[in-house]
Amino acid sequence: MAKAKPRVKVPKSAKAGDVITIKTLISHKMESGQRKDKAGKVIPRKIINKFTCEFNGTRVFGCDIDPAISANPYLEFTAKVPEAGEFKFTWVDDDGSVYETSKKIEVK
Amino acid sequence: MKLDRRQVLGLTAGAAVFAVAGIRVNPASAAAEETKKQVMEFTGGKEPASGKITLKAPEIAENGNTVPISVSVESAMSGDDMVESVMILAEGNPNPDVATFHFTEMSGEASATTRMRLAKTQNVVAVAKMKDGSVYSDTRLVKVTIGGCGG
Repeated sequence: MAKAKPRVKVPKSAKAGDVITIKTLISHKMESGQRKDKAGKVIPRKIINKFTCEFNGTRVFGCDIDPAISANPYLEFTAKVPEAGEFKFTWVDDDGSVYETSKKIEVK
Repeated sequence: MKLDRRQVLGLTAGAAVFAVAGIRVNPASAAAEETKKQVMEFTGGKEPASGKITLKAPEIAENGNTVPISVSVESAMSGDDMVESVMILAEGNPNPDVATFHFTEMSGEASATTRMRLAKTQNVVAVAKMKDGSVYSDTRLVKVTIGGCGG
């Protein structure tokens, strides 16, 4: 499989103390472990099982993900912006790989 | 107790009938039971109240592979009036867990949106756990045209 590619949408700037909406998407098959291949063998489960978002090192939002989440898992949530800084997003795969990306935000 | 061949045959047949009957006993309620157990595990045995939490899901989902759902909880998100986590469950899926969202004071609001898989027409349940220990839940029935769990 191609490497999971995260995409994140964060507003470029916000007023201090504002609550902003963050949208994230990562390309991933999210193989549920329920499907069978042509030979009738179960395709082993391989999903992203955890997502976290941090702002300047403080946890903002986290999510435990089960196989019932669709392929290319999409997550939308809110965050408070007390100061300028950087959002860090982390996805954890079943096989242990970690996908990361980050986005800066300015305060007006 | 001694059993001859006849009796053994009779017993096995009887047991088989029971097994089938057991499975046939309203599968919907069995699934609900399972979900209920999971909810209780999540809340630590507390019966969730209604209100405060809103689960948004389409009435009819044409494709069970991607069903958009969003959940929001009324809360100030500071002090004791805080949502700690929200669990989403699907009663009719092979595995009822869908996702658990963890919120913090930095979240600002307790709301999240995602897309989920639904195997068939079923109830989707959202349960919110607050910092003060109270629990709230909301349920939506989603009709699914094409199931989304492969097979």
